[in-house]
Amino acid sequence: MAESTGALVSLQGLTVDFDTGKRIVRALHGIDLEVRRGEALGLVGESGCGKSVTWLAALGLLGNRARIGGEVRLDDRNLVGAPVAELERVRGRRIAMIFQDPSSSLNPVHRIGRQLGEALRLHRGLDGKAAEAEARRLLDRVHIADAQRRLGDYPHELSGGMNQRVMIAMALAGQPDLLIADEPTTALDATVQAQILELLGEIRRDSGMALVLISHDLGVVAENTDRVCVMYAGRIVEDAPIDTVFEEPAHPYTRGLLAALPELDGPRRALTPIAGVVPEPSNLPPGCSFAPRCERRIEACEAAPPPSTALAAHHRVACIRA
Amino acid sequence: MTALLEVSNLSRIYDVRRGAWPFGRLAALHAVDGVSFDLAAGRTLGLVGESGCGKTTTAKLVLGLVPATGGEVRIGGESLPAAGTPAWRALRRRMQMVYQDPLGALDRRLSVGRQVMEPLAIHDIGNPADRREKALAMLDAVGLAPHHFDRFPHELSGGQRQRIVLARALMLDPQLLVCDEPISALDVSIQAQVVNLLLALQQKLGLAYLFISHDLRMVRQVSHQVAVMYLGRIVEQGDPDRLFAAPAHPYTQALVSAIPTHARAKRQRVVLPGEPPNPVDRPAGCAFHPRCRHAVARCRVETPELRSLADGRRAACHLAEQIA
Repeated sequence: MAESTGALVSLQGLTVDFDTGKRIVRALHGIDLEVRRGEALGLVGESGCGKSVTWLAALGLLGNRARIGGEVRLDDRNLVGAPVAELERVRGRRIAMIFQDPSSSLNPVHRIGRQLGEALRLHRGLDGKAAEAEARRLLDRVHIADAQRRLGDYPHELSGGMNQRVMIAMALAGQPDLLIADEPTTALDATVQAQILELLGEIRRDSGMALVLISHDLGVVAENTDRVCVMYAGRIVEDAPIDTVFEEPAHPYTRGLLAALPELDGPRRALTPIAGVVPEPSNLPPGCSFAPRCERRIEACEAAPPPSTALAAHHRVACIRA
Repeated sequence: MTALLEVSNLSRIYDVRRGAWPFGRLAALHAVDGVSFDLAAGRTLGLVGESGCGKTTTAKLVLGLVPATGGEVRIGGESLPAAGTPAWRALRRRMQMVYQDPLGALDRRLSVGRQVMEPLAIHDIGNPADRREKALAMLDAVGLAPHHFDRFPHELSGGQRQRIVLARALMLDPQLLVCDEPISALDVSIQAQVVNLLLALQQKLGLAYLFISHDLRMVRQVSHQVAVMYLGRIVEQGDPDRLFAAPAHPYTQALVSAIPTHARAKRQRVVLPGEPPNPVDRPAGCAFHPRCRHAVARCRVETPELRSLADGRRAACHLAEQIA
């Protein structure tokens, strides 16, 4: 693994407001986050908590209905508000992204080889024989057997797991420093999920690429990352090393998530669900967003959103009761 | 005690065309191939396996929504009548289905109350006042408030919608609920709410569940028995604690070890090569042998029967004793 030397990407006070036409709804409320070189970081939370929006915003992929505030620093340049040409040099080449459903990320009417070739031409300026050789090497890299023949296949001729391998190969085409994997295995079967996660780990060990793994599954994150940020309603509520999150979770939401998960071994215990539902982004409570569902709530929780404070060297939590 | 649901040697074959119409040749797809199990009242059978293994087809066969190619389904000792007949309709009152996607299972133009009362209207039970009263009682039983009666599905959260689907399924006082991935579409914190509700309802009403899921941890949480399916067949069946702690079939071993967990250090992962084969190209012998690290010559030619092992569970593997 590559040595961790300082921050590769740093998000500071990142906010996203969506203009719904009728009003403006804030989806991200100031995300502070650093991804160090070669690090594997997990981003966990329920649907709508902003874990995907964070990175779509960072790469300027949200379209013109979204207003983005704060800073996204990469090599001392701020990507927020940067010209499209500059963003295009970052996307794929410095920061690549793969998504949940590989078959909808690939173009159904073009062969795999052509799609890989396009990425290689855009990011590396390769053409013709050189591009084809590199595409073959990339398919080998993601352990797709018989790469030469597969280059001539269409996405529908491959299984979901194979398509996700192709997506990973395309992401690797630009030799990025950071790969954002947004629920990369959620659409896949359990045994195929294990293969894909194994592959991502192997690539990371070999290339020293940093990884942000976005997932709703704490188990997936636990096995494949060193550090995890737990998000709730557009904020990071806890940021800690993996073992700390499982052994000494500080935020009541993190604790609630762990208590709601059944175990595969040991005695069966009754699950403790988190009461209530996630609040709508357009209708957040004035104080801590989790307060209405929180058992440890006190009056002060409802006054103002809690600041993120350091509990230990690498452990931050946004809770005044932690 | 006779079982509420007895399934014996159930199979379903689909004719599929391989290649482009009209030139492709017809082939037989064995979606479900000789599946047998019993389910007693008040108990839960968990059915697990990967996509395409025949879990959902099994569920549909049990309810008669898909006609079986072979084998038999018996409910309370009676053979399941052909779908659409009055006898089948009468029997369907005793068994209901809950699907994965509650929004897809609900009519978004009808109020919650109308939908929950609808089963009573279909079966012509009670007068409107009775129906309303029963629907309100049922909403209460699944943890919803009376004011939800006049709401519409889009106004509610995913967990609340799944509660409505449950309430509607319970209106006819069924004995069997077939739950096809009932919590997969829900967020983690909501899954536990719905699972606890299912367990409480089972306690209170003595319901039997056929619980289909790919989430082994949730299946263990709710099941009294678990059956693992691979390419249309049950490959292992038994007590969930024992089955997941020490799987006997190599496929179950891989499935269990594929679950990501924080406690990984304790277990060694078995990463299977390849993916589940197309059910049309079912490998000869044991269907799992091309991916199995223990396979021997016998596995390639002889299909293993599901047989009892010393500890009471059943596995379909020639080598179950050697590799356990």
